[in-house]
Amino acid sequence: MVSLIPQPHPRERRIIFENISRPGWSNDIETYLAHGGYEQLKKALGMQPAEIVDAVKAANLRGRGGAGFPCGVKWGFIKRDDGKPHYIVVNGDESEPGTFKDRYILHNDPHQLIEGILIAAWALNVNLAYIYIRCEFPHAAKIVWNAIKEAKARGFVGKNICGSGFDCDIYVHQGAAAYICGEETSLIESLEGKRPYPRIKPPYFPAVLGLYMSPTIVNNVETLCHVVHILRMGAAEYAKMGTPGDGGTRTMCVSGDVVRPGYYELPAGAVTLGELIHDVCGGLKPGRKLKAVIPGGSSAKVMRADEVYKIKTKAADGTMVEKEVAMLDVVMDAASLASVGTMVGSGGVMVMDDSRDMVWALNNLNQFYAHESCGQCTPCREGSLWMSKVTTRLLTGQGAANDPATLLNVADNIAGRTVCAFGEACAWPTQSFLAKFPEEFAALAESK
Amino acid sequence: MTSEATSRQADQIPADLLAEIEERITHYPVSKRSASLPLLHLWQNHFGFIDDSGIEWIATKLELTPVNIYELVTFYPWFRREAAGKTIIRVCRTLACAMAGSYGLREKFCEAAGVDVHHESHGFGHAPPTSPDGKFSVEFVECLASCGTAPVCLINDELYESVTPEEVPSIVKELAAG
Repeated sequence: MVSLIPQPHPRERRIIFENISRPGWSNDIETYLAHGGYEQLKKALGMQPAEIVDAVKAANLRGRGGAGFPCGVKWGFIKRDDGKPHYIVVNGDESEPGTFKDRYILHNDPHQLIEGILIAAWALNVNLAYIYIRCEFPHAAKIVWNAIKEAKARGFVGKNICGSGFDCDIYVHQGAAAYICGEETSLIESLEGKRPYPRIKPPYFPAVLGLYMSPTIVNNVETLCHVVHILRMGAAEYAKMGTPGDGGTRTMCVSGDVVRPGYYELPAGAVTLGELIHDVCGGLKPGRKLKAVIPGGSSAKVMRADEVYKIKTKAADGTMVEKEVAMLDVVMDAASLASVGTMVGSGGVMVMDDSRDMVWALNNLNQFYAHESCGQCTPCREGSLWMSKVTTRLLTGQGAANDPATLLNVADNIAGRTVCAFGEACAWPTQSFLAKFPEEFAALAESK
Repeated sequence: MTSEATSRQADQIPADLLAEIEERITHYPVSKRSASLPLLHLWQNHFGFIDDSGIEWIATKLELTPVNIYELVTFYPWFRREAAGKTIIRVCRTLACAMAGSYGLREKFCEAAGVDVHHESHGFGHAPPTSPDGKFSVEFVECLASCGTAPVCLINDELYESVTPEEVPSIVKELAAG
């Protein structure tokens, strides 16, 4: 068990983290059953599979792994009766800097995940599922594996689940410390025992040609947990918690320069960035001013504290009007963050105050991406290293006057030119830090 | 040991490890090759690293060629071709932890554990920097997904959260005694 379980802030609504916040909560199956565990699975087994897929669609559940693809639409790609084997692969590789929500689910509430997997398995006609857990969570792998055995002993996993005639086995698969394996096609290659170079889409969309070249759904840990609550609450009630197109609650992982970092669960769109930082997280450290926020994991484009965005919105009469929105007034949901040019991503909010040097921060991220590039595509393999070298030399006083331009040129030549989204993930920090804080880069380049 | 004894890991597989390997392969009914990573983990957990004989043995076991296993060992930062310290201290290097002082923390751990602070290692099968007595390895790793309790480190299987430089000597002392 992970020790730190802070009590919810009054603005929170805990659904995913409800169990783990209970006093005396334990991750064993008896505790889970005592709080209504596996009741939604029993309900699901009495439903038509298509009904479940429709419910997930109607709930407006978006994937919680980073890309934010509508989960029900993804599930809809699986043709239940095409005669092929189907697989579910759970992405528990949680490696995006700033993100740490799945850690708590895997360690403290594994049965919630298992129930979600089984509901999905019934809906999608899946008899074999793998939970891919990064090896830096050694206890999580043991806890989840033990939970699978507990569920199997109770007839929830394995043959003839709850007497329904439906079979599904679940296994844990451990990664080996490679960030790229969080990319779904890389994860599949890794699970197949190959060097995990991402596959190119098309044609290798997992729902068509996934694990073992069969239709496969890859879902994030948290995403599958939400499915349990969609069935429990009903799709309409669940969707109502969020905003149109972004249903339910969102777990927010806040780190960096705030008084109370940690995880929070809020209805999608319930708070603005300012409310999240100043109200929920207790504001900045004494005497400090906000400088920048990375709102959705390290790959999301950085936001500058004094920025005012011009957002186009629909007025009451249907015409498009331009509205000015200050950075702290941006609403924390998928559409709002997208409209200001960044993303809600995996929910990792990294806060930086005025004591932070933006070139230093970018250099830290550039070193991360240089280390994690898988090396398959030349622009990313070479470019991520060059970006890291350039920011390092700027910081050590060895930069050249045109280094900011060089940096941008390298980033611009990675994004859009690689097999997978890692290209964008490593280019966006450089592009956005340069765009938002040009004076800090220029000062270092010219100080020579 | 007789004069014919070898130091090849593949000649020293105990029965319980073999049983675990056989059981693990059953988790992959569609393709044995999927068991490559799990077998490498089992092997490294038992022997401390993976030698040539290990690569060949796993390949043979899974009906693959050695290069299929070798290309995994050289890709994933987790796997090593040489022994590391008995206790491995992995300090998170990435942004939230760096902001909370993880660079200084790594230096403190190196100092307390007797590891060369200037020795940095990045995968490719090398063991992380290790103390001369073989007790400790200290290395930087990328994001450990606990940014809310930064800075963190993973010491063997245990996560240490909100670690301060002041407590490093006592942590190392305790580990050395344990």
